[in-house]
Amino acid sequence: MRLDAPERPETREADAPRRSRWRTVVLVSVPLAAFALLLATSLGRDPRALPSELVGEPAPVFALPNLEGGGTVDMADLRGRVVVVNFWASWCQECRDEHPALDAAWDRYRERGVVVVGVLFEDTVEDGLAFADELATDWPLVDDPGSRTAIAYGVFGVPETFVISPDGIVTAKRVGPVDYTWLTTEIEDALRTPEAA
Amino acid sequence: MPALVGTVSLALALALALYGGIAAIVGVKTGRPRVIESARTAAFSLFALVVVANLAMLAALLSDDFTLRYVATNSSTSTPTFFKVLALWSADEGSLLLWNLVLGGYLAAVAFRFRRRRPEAFPWAFAVLFGVSAFYLLLVLGPTTPFETLATPPPDGRGPLPLLQNHPLMAAHPPFLYLGFIGFTVPFAFGIAALATGRVSDAWIRITRRWTIAAWIFLTIGLVLGALWSYGVLGWGGYWAWDPVENVALLPWLTGTAFLHSVMVQERRGMLKVWNLSLIVGTFALTVLGTFLTRGSILSSVHTFAQSLVGPLYLAFLTVVLLGGFGLIAWRREALRVETSFDTPLSRESVFLGNNVLLLVLTLTVLVGTIYPLLAEAVSGGKVSVGAPFFNRNAAPVALLLLFLMGIGPLLPWRAASLSAVLRRLQGPAWAAAIAAAVLALGGSGTAAVVVFGLAAFVATATLSEMARGVRAQRRALGGSWSSATRGAIARNHRLYGGLVVHLGLIVAVVGVSWVSLSDRSSELAIGRGERVSVEGYELRLDGISSRVEPHRRVIVADVTVFDAGGGEEVVRLHPSLNLYPGSSEPIGTPSIRVGTPLNGLSDLYLSLVSVDAQGAAFRFFVNPGVGLLWLGGAVMALGGVVAAWPTRSRPARALTPVEVEDRREEVSV
Amino acid sequence: MSGRVRLWLLLGAAVAVVVLAVTLASGRGSDGGTLDDRVQDVASGLRCPVCQNLSVADSPSALAREMRSEIASRLDAGDTPEEVRGFFVERYGEWVLLAPTREGLNLLPWLVPVAGLLLGVGVWAMLVRRRWPPETEAPTSAERRRIEAELDALEEPG
Repeated sequence: MRLDAPERPETREADAPRRSRWRTVVLVSVPLAAFALLLATSLGRDPRALPSELVGEPAPVFALPNLEGGGTVDMADLRGRVVVVNFWASWCQECRDEHPALDAAWDRYRERGVVVVGVLFEDTVEDGLAFADELATDWPLVDDPGSRTAIAYGVFGVPETFVISPDGIVTAKRVGPVDYTWLTTEIEDALRTPEAA
Repeated sequence: MPALVGTVSLALALALALYGGIAAIVGVKTGRPRVIESARTAAFSLFALVVVANLAMLAALLSDDFTLRYVATNSSTSTPTFFKVLALWSADEGSLLLWNLVLGGYLAAVAFRFRRRRPEAFPWAFAVLFGVSAFYLLLVLGPTTPFETLATPPPDGRGPLPLLQNHPLMAAHPPFLYLGFIGFTVPFAFGIAALATGRVSDAWIRITRRWTIAAWIFLTIGLVLGALWSYGVLGWGGYWAWDPVENVALLPWLTGTAFLHSVMVQERRGMLKVWNLSLIVGTFALTVLGTFLTRGSILSSVHTFAQSLVGPLYLAFLTVVLLGGFGLIAWRREALRVETSFDTPLSRESVFLGNNVLLLVLTLTVLVGTIYPLLAEAVSGGKVSVGAPFFNRNAAPVALLLLFLMGIGPLLPWRAASLSAVLRRLQGPAWAAAIAAAVLALGGSGTAAVVVFGLAAFVATATLSEMARGVRAQRRALGGSWSSATRGAIARNHRLYGGLVVHLGLIVAVVGVSWVSLSDRSSELAIGRGERVSVEGYELRLDGISSRVEPHRRVIVADVTVFDAGGGEEVVRLHPSLNLYPGSSEPIGTPSIRVGTPLNGLSDLYLSLVSVDAQGAAFRFFVNPGVGLLWLGGAVMALGGVVAAWPTRSRPARALTPVEVEDRREEVSV
Repeated sequence: MSGRVRLWLLLGAAVAVVVLAVTLASGRGSDGGTLDDRVQDVASGLRCPVCQNLSVADSPSALAREMRSEIASRLDAGDTPEEVRGFFVERYGEWVLLAPTREGLNLLPWLVPVAGLLLGVGVWAMLVRRRWPPETEAPTSAERRRIEAELDALEEPG
């Protein structure tokens, strides 16, 4: 095969005026540059971060069975107190990581009526209890059969933590492990909310 | 030691890439062929060095060298050897090493191919190839290096992600995809070279034709393997989720297919020059966009494995490619003008143009759907999803139109058709469609089934009849047996028959896809040990649950026997499993599939194990008809591509094939 | 040219059969009636929160299973599919809908493909608009003989 044998007379560059050529180039480049700019806006953003839907809304109420010892924890009973609802599971490494922060917050604020409730997510009760025993968790822990509560709270995975003010409104949500600073800030904020009449 | 070897060889390779690109341009501008020769040598050395780097990583993986962060994160002492080898490309940094290997391979192949005779634009094309290599080498040396070392190596590695060591198919899917993506760099380079030199004859298309077909074949296989992996390994019962990374792999395939058709119009009529150059620039840009979206941590997907800051670098490269490529085309606009035009709507060129238009509409649809969440977030800060319902609804009508064109295209000759000839050739396919549609409608099928399968009958008949026509004409002209006539006809026009085989393969795949989409037989069920449950026309009995321990995981297997409905015969025994990996929070299920064959109604019986408890187990059971046709169709498409690319013994110019002679006679006699 | 007329008639008949078949098939109302089907409908439009790009209908995960059962109980209790979708959007945001709503900016991804198709067909028609139907003038008998002779010459084997 002859590589350079064209079957048609070769087109040579016609002498188009430079200005009109540049104009075409610019015309073509503008939408492309806009496209690149659009893609650039996505840089540096976490593709997995999702905005919080429930913040500012009434917290979904639930009455869930304790992990052990029978009985339930009912949100209706907790009205008037700041509630920190923490979704966790034994297979979740980050839940392990955030445990000390929750523990410290629980110790500091329990006298002021703040209650931490740990809701088990997609896990067996035995594994959950083993985890809790290992880490010496002493706040109320409940099971969520059927994940109805998790769905009601719009949970994507664990850990997720919600802070609820005394009048039953979700004031803060955190996806991922919490730290002590965040917890104390949000709990203090919630404590300052005046109770609904 | 491997880190040093790897890093040094990659650094040398980068230096050679820079040298090669500069040498090629200097050599051609100053008219010194020896300098260009040195660039060729640089290409071979570059490839050798990248091979060395890959071997260094392989050695580190096989010897459990945990001083390398990559080995510690992606392998472990308990990983089986086969998967240790696969770990080379199972994560971002390593797969970039593989990417460079394939790119180096193409560079060396181009250097080898043009060792004696080469076109004038060759040095420029070579420079472009070196430039692209330099970019990816820079990435694998810098931000995305797999050779980073740890000060304190851990005693054991974390092992590959569970999903990536579940199945041997992991071996084939990325290499084929990469061979496809990167293969398009070659026609791109020659297109840019043609633009750069201002000599925009058709040479660049002719030279790179087989390279383009090869890239297309690899990409087709890569996509089908991806679907096969999704079906057989991910366990959700489907094969395509319109996941962003799947979509960006599909985009260059769509534009590449359009390109393969429209270059035929340029070759015959000299038209569509700007179009073709734009298509190849677009195809290459889409492969770069793919690497940007997959590795730049832009979109959340089953595949995204990058958490690094390389996004800006990929975006910069993409911008250069887009502005440079399209800018050059705009610059050379005058040189690309043509005087010829289409003769009539009733010609193969017009159908090819229609094919291009529809493929580009599909490309636009998939692109917009994939990118829109980024736009929405930029504008309003909120996140939206664009998933299967959107794509299915928008792509389906266009796809159907495209199929129709695929049917009539081969029935129309180039330039202009005599209406009678066309009408005659349409009879068979039209009646095949009518019969299929009638049978299905009378048999109780819904609209979608009637339309799709009627269309499939039309296209299949049209394609087969074209093949038969050519063979018959060959036999009439030259005698001989049917088989020698077939071989002779194919030998005289590989491209046509290869293309027809590809069309057949696509129709087979479409039938498979439609069949399984239109029948929705799946159920979730729980079965107690020893219990028998009726589902989807079968009965399933859970015989037992066992578990075994393997070096890298624990496996729970459920043994299930499937019977025909109503206490009938045993059909098959299935063993779906749940695999628990030490580092992972949830088990990964491996489905158990009874493959459908023509002997058992072509239905896959697909069983996946969802959970296990003291009483028994929960399953998902699917009856999937026609899935096998998807794999068969993919294989036929690849085969057709090979036929199309097969070298032809050159025949004297102006000689017509027997079927072309008959066509001319027919037109003359009307 | 009765030959050509006959060809048109035959083709027309085939097309008519196809149209009849499609009409027959579409007249058949699909029974989206059972609860399972309705759950499937809603679930396939919702995105599984813990998976990558899978719908709640397709996802094998435990959370998706729970969501399907939540959908089922709500539909059973009389909620419309819109209300069920709204329930999930309230908790997970618009993100949980697998196809964007057709409001505001979200109209864009729905319009672009249609506009593209119209534009494409327009471009095609413009480029191809020369002559329809193609007028092939019949060659004279002298021309015919010459053409035949040339064709014969080209027909050498090999």
